[in-house]
Amino acid sequence: MSDAALETSQGPIASTVKDWSSDMTTFKGVPWGKAMMWIFLLSDTFIFTCFLIGYMTVRMTVSEPWPNPSLVFSLAFMGVPVPLLLIAIMTFILITSSGTMAMAVNMGYRHRKVAVFWLMFATAMLGASFVGMQAFEWSKLIGDEHIAAWENPMGAAQFGSVFFMVTGFHGMHVSVGVLYLLIVAFRVLLGKYDEKGFEIVEITGLYWHFVDLVWVFIFAFFYLW
Amino acid sequence: MATEGQQHPIKVYFWIWALLFVFSFFSYMVDWWQLQGMTRWTLIIIFMLLKAGFIVAIFMHMKWERYALIFAILVPPAALLVFMFLMSVEAEYAWATRVEYMGENPAPIPELPPSHQKGAAAH
Repeated sequence: MSDAALETSQGPIASTVKDWSSDMTTFKGVPWGKAMMWIFLLSDTFIFTCFLIGYMTVRMTVSEPWPNPSLVFSLAFMGVPVPLLLIAIMTFILITSSGTMAMAVNMGYRHRKVAVFWLMFATAMLGASFVGMQAFEWSKLIGDEHIAAWENPMGAAQFGSVFFMVTGFHGMHVSVGVLYLLIVAFRVLLGKYDEKGFEIVEITGLYWHFVDLVWVFIFAFFYLW
Repeated sequence: MATEGQQHPIKVYFWIWALLFVFSFFSYMVDWWQLQGMTRWTLIIIFMLLKAGFIVAIFMHMKWERYALIFAILVPPAALLVFMFLMSVEAEYAWATRVEYMGENPAPIPELPPSHQKGAAAH
């Protein structure tokens, strides 16, 4: 009987209790690096959620007008302002990169190193272009709309504070992710994991998908709300 | 070596990839069509949760993990929901106080962004 089938026969609670009380490795079949990455991501979830809760509190509390993101983040295309154009492109880029990353993980377990390298490289390049667009977005916001972390001509000054803090923290995660991806991609190509196995690709993938996941929430709560 | 790590057919990933594009497209359309009020918020939340769910379940392979790991990762964030609830109560109170006792405008209208004001060149 496979692990999964055994689990179903036990039920989720019984299976969890059994694993946790087994006096052995708790996360069976999970490499320690992956378990540690999950726990790191859990802690990162707390950080980002606390930022977003801070944003919620500020947004509910301010009595000065909150700028309309649909207008603030519009971008002129052929002279016509299109709402959230840049943000939509950034969203699609991040999803595309998530897809290439998932492919890289899959190729890793098939031991196709060259495919893994190029897919991870593509993921990193997409990530880098995301950061580039974010830099453009910031410069437009600061230069054209005169929004700073401490003032905002359209109303609540907190708009700038929250925006720069949350997207900045996310952008930093993307930048670090690009470096992480490149390092692992080159090490895969150099054959550093031939004996250890390719779990590292999956672990890197977890981090990258998490970055995409955070963007889903930022997109919903900051740009669309 | 029976199975190494998380191996699943590529088809699954392509499906989810396509779905994520569709959900993103529609969440963008929420803004494009300028849906407002409850409709807007409901749709935003639905598309957000669908996207997040598929990313975690399929791309991050949570669906295929053992329950011991699933619960260890997904249960603690429940504390964040409690925190969110507490802060919303607090924020509601602070806002009501500002309106009630400090005479703040309960429904202020934001000014247009500088780039949208009359006379501003489109860029």
